Amino acid sequence: MATATLQRPRAPRWSFVDAFLWAFRLVVVVVVAWGTVGTLRLGRYTGEQWLDFFVFGLAQGGIYALIALGYTMVYGILRMINFAHGEVFMSGAYTAYFVAAPLATSGFLNRHPLLSLSLLVAVAAVVSLSVAVLVERVAYRPLRRAPRLVPLITAIGASFFLQYAFRGLFGSGFKAYPEFELFKGQWEVFGVGILRTQAVVLASAAVLMFALYQFVMRTKVGKAMRAVSEDKDAAALMGIDVDRIIVLTFAIGGAAAGAAGILYALVFKQVHFFMGFVPGIKAFTSAVLGGIGNIPGAMLGGLFLGVVESVGPALFLDGLGIVAPYQLKDVIAFTMLVMVLIFRPQGILGERLAAKRA
Amino acid sequence: MWRAGLVFGALIWFVSLAGLVEALHARWVVDGVVSAGQVLLWGVVVASGWVGARRAPGALVSRLGWGLFSGATAGFCLGLLAWLGGQVDLRSVFINASPVLFQLLSAGLQPPQAWLAAVLAGSVLGLVGAAGAVAPKGLVRPLLAGLGAGVSLGMFQELVLLVLQPEGLAAVREWLFVASGGPTAHGVGAVALASAAAAALRPALSAGGRTVGLSFRAGRVLWIVVGIALLALLPVAGGPFVAQVLVLVGLYTLMGLGLNLEVGLAGLLDLGFVAFFAIGAYTVGLLTSVGQHGIAHWSFWAAVPVAVLVSLVAGVILGIPVLGIRGDYLAIATLGFGEIVRLLVLSDALRPWLGGSQGVLSIPKPVLGGWELSGPQHLYYLTVVASAVVAYVAWRLQESRLGRAWMAIREDEDVAEALGINLVSVKLLAYGLGAAFAGVGGAIFAVMVGSVFPHSFQLLISIQVLALIIVGGMGSIPGVVVGSAVLIGLPELLREFGEFRFLVYGAALVAMMLLRPEGLLPAAAQRRELHAEESGSALQPWAVGAGGGA
Amino acid sequence: MALLITRGMTKRFGGLVAVRALDLKVEERAIHSVIGPNGAGKTTVFNCITGFYRPEEGEIWFAGQRVDGLRPDEIAHLGIARTYQNIRLFANMTALENVLVGLHRHLRSSWVGALLGSPAVRREERWAHEEARRLLEFVGLGGRAHLLARHLPYGEQRKLELARALATRPRLLLLDEPTAGMNPAETQEVIQFIRRLRDELGITILLIEHHMRVVMTISDRVTVLDYGEKISEGSPEQVQDDPRVIEAYLGTRKVAAEALG
Repeated sequence: MATATLQRPRAPRWSFVDAFLWAFRLVVVVVVAWGTVGTLRLGRYTGEQWLDFFVFGLAQGGIYALIALGYTMVYGILRMINFAHGEVFMSGAYTAYFVAAPLATSGFLNRHPLLSLSLLVAVAAVVSLSVAVLVERVAYRPLRRAPRLVPLITAIGASFFLQYAFRGLFGSGFKAYPEFELFKGQWEVFGVGILRTQAVVLASAAVLMFALYQFVMRTKVGKAMRAVSEDKDAAALMGIDVDRIIVLTFAIGGAAAGAAGILYALVFKQVHFFMGFVPGIKAFTSAVLGGIGNIPGAMLGGLFLGVVESVGPALFLDGLGIVAPYQLKDVIAFTMLVMVLIFRPQGILGERLAAKRA
Repeated sequence: MWRAGLVFGALIWFVSLAGLVEALHARWVVDGVVSAGQVLLWGVVVASGWVGARRAPGALVSRLGWGLFSGATAGFCLGLLAWLGGQVDLRSVFINASPVLFQLLSAGLQPPQAWLAAVLAGSVLGLVGAAGAVAPKGLVRPLLAGLGAGVSLGMFQELVLLVLQPEGLAAVREWLFVASGGPTAHGVGAVALASAAAAALRPALSAGGRTVGLSFRAGRVLWIVVGIALLALLPVAGGPFVAQVLVLVGLYTLMGLGLNLEVGLAGLLDLGFVAFFAIGAYTVGLLTSVGQHGIAHWSFWAAVPVAVLVSLVAGVILGIPVLGIRGDYLAIATLGFGEIVRLLVLSDALRPWLGGSQGVLSIPKPVLGGWELSGPQHLYYLTVVASAVVAYVAWRLQESRLGRAWMAIREDEDVAEALGINLVSVKLLAYGLGAAFAGVGGAIFAVMVGSVFPHSFQLLISIQVLALIIVGGMGSIPGVVVGSAVLIGLPELLREFGEFRFLVYGAALVAMMLLRPEGLLPAAAQRRELHAEESGSALQPWAVGAGGGA
Repeated sequence: MALLITRGMTKRFGGLVAVRALDLKVEERAIHSVIGPNGAGKTTVFNCITGFYRPEEGEIWFAGQRVDGLRPDEIAHLGIARTYQNIRLFANMTALENVLVGLHRHLRSSWVGALLGSPAVRREERWAHEEARRLLEFVGLGGRAHLLARHLPYGEQRKLELARALATRPRLLLLDEPTAGMNPAETQEVIQFIRRLRDELGITILLIEHHMRVVMTISDRVTVLDYGEKISEGSPEQVQDDPRVIEAYLGTRKVAAEALG
């Protein structure tokens, strides 16, 4: 019955939507390429400055990566965006301020800087963990079987509630975080000067991420988490308490975000009730970049975003003759976010989850 | 059961330390006797008794007992906070932990007595709550109505006083309110009694109305006439402040109607919606401004159609890239676009054209037949007319073939496509028309403020609009109006509330999704089902039905 | 000439070949069944025909027109409708609205017309509502017009899905296990109903079915798939006696005979 000459199936026809999307890509690529060439030709920045941008980006990216872990782990298990995660991050850093301030005035902070830092990280992690677990209990768990839009809306609600709860409790002003004497100035690493805060942030983020990765990959609980993220029902049949694992996921993600909050405070030296929003979105972008649900992906995505955001304005925009390119730093991040969502929703690393999303 | 008291105790701590209690304490519910802050505290304790009794199993006595216990626990927590406030200076951490607050919490008593009093009062209030939980509904409902009306008199006293402004009503005014402000005890009592009585008699009343011969349709016409009269007279009676609030409600209604097309009907969750409001506002600003950024010096009426068109096109253009994105990813992508638009407008790079952070200034008021629509009262009528037109358009769309296609893609995109619906055009129409509605709102906003600048177009606005359509009932046009009246209008009227608005929004979003996901005024299909006339009729069997159709 | 023809149609998912070089011919006004064990690729065939999937190789022709590579809505406009194995209704819309969506492709009014409420639009809407009610009557849901689809009992949901598919006035109707979860009496009704669709409305039917009794009773022609490949085709009797079919289904002749008998 089959005819001798079989044609290939017809190629998908070009619609104006495809054309539009290609034009969009083309514009972004041309702008980036044009700007880069322009900047390099101008030669306004020295190699050392580029390195500074890069290291700052890495430190910033480490913070994004730690926050992104919470997004990615929760998404892996519940297929939902925990929109309130930025506020989880904020709550730890903000509360720890009330420990840091008396430590600084009493002089303990600079007598025992490492002990103090560990203490602050612990406090922030515990607070963020509690907030994350509370949000899960109140706003997500009762809606486990609801349509997908519903938990997203409660997440937005929880996020606003948390922001304005902190505003009501602690006020709307910025609070200046005390500085560590030890972390002022630079260290020489391989003959290059690196700001000490950035080195500390990067090192702490690396240690925490490594510990977390080991926890998820090696321990029994970590294995249970991965099992639940593969298939909740099957995991329940194997005797895994799914609710407990979900709570644990929120807890670990929350603790990582709390720790990230302290690192953020080290770099930016202040906290504010609204401070969670932008890092939250950026961390989400990192998680999507790395392929949401994928833990190493979130780490790489965070570092990548941090570097692009730090190097980008100077590299892409300065050369175009744009006034005050640093104001557009967030535009670069948001553009990356929408481009990844449009063109590669499975992320740069992710292949595995692509099929599941369908 | 036993946790109810602790949870509500924590709630007492939270509302006290967040400043809500003290802020409301400034408002008398009964002048010189009870403040709104006290009502809030007591209300929380009563609620703990209610929940404790509801959760408790078993006989009446045990449920009452649990209610009492919950109330006592909540009272204990209150006392603990009051005691703690006397011992340590909480203010270094909690900015709202003021002496006034602790004075209020301890009811002016010394620590040991205050604590004891709190536990005792808590027990009594808990018992009241428990009684409410076990008592028959017919009894509780009138009581709640009476309490609600009595408290509302104090909460909205400015509004009531505005309405009672005319000299002819001076007697009523003086009877209800003391000269310095708050409501009188007998005034509150009378209002409470009247509404309790009305609530108790309501079933009988409506039955009576039917026998008198007021048909359903006539009743509806009556309501519509009364509604239009009220809408026309409100700003006249209420003055510029009320008119200003109503204009805001109208603007949010316009945006809500637009977002409702996208989220409520088509199921496309858009968090960048404020961008289209901004685009409408900036278009009118640029076209009409007589300042340095004005490009055309047009009249408002010429600029509005252009603004609507520009918003519509912008909606389509921003819609194209996100056509393939679904669900929560779509929410984030649109949020990203919304922020990109805002950051670009804010940036110095575009300052020569859009004015950067200062924005476009000197936007003239619209002129209609030699009349300048300047004050909020004039703009109010403009907003009402615009909202009515847009609501009519939304209603026609919803009932049309396109509206059904939107609902179909909300329910199941793949199936809708397999039935012959072109997803691209249907989705782009939703984005475009929704954006156009917001553009109308933006245009009015521009002339209302007289200038447009990026700070007015925060993500918060998108969230507020989303919140109001959810609270009102997704996909329901009357729901949008009710939602914006409740979420935008009420907080404006309740001045003390202003600072806590977003706190309440957040809580309302969560509570709505947990307790009443369909909203205050659910969408048409659900209502229609509740009133389905034939749902009781016998079903024809399959074979007979098939024969009947042949 | 056959109404639907596939030539060498192949669909892969990663390394897995779900459908391999399938040649299928569905004659006009036939009732044609596709059977096969679980995972044989039957539903994938449906998804390719309706444009949900794009086959990697081969061609699909419908009524003399090449349809592979078209979008699902374009294919629907040519006259192919389907139902789903796991019922997929518009759950939060009423039964009437579900059918009205099915009528979408026969309505011409644009949104501008709807805004103005022109007489033509109103006439068309009135016609659509009458037509939708007629279709609901036809499948036996006359009294259910204003109930939300999700509140209908299972059997009525299946009927509503059929009414919605019929509303598109298809020339070819793809039914994915229409008798799943039904008792013998209901199954008998469905058989009658499918026959009526063909005899009275002239609709060609392509059917996926697990109930062998149904297949053997109503089919003019049966195609048997196993692991994505066509292993047998012919009249019900021919297929029933084909040793390859029996082997694919059960492995042993005796049990198979019982199952197919």
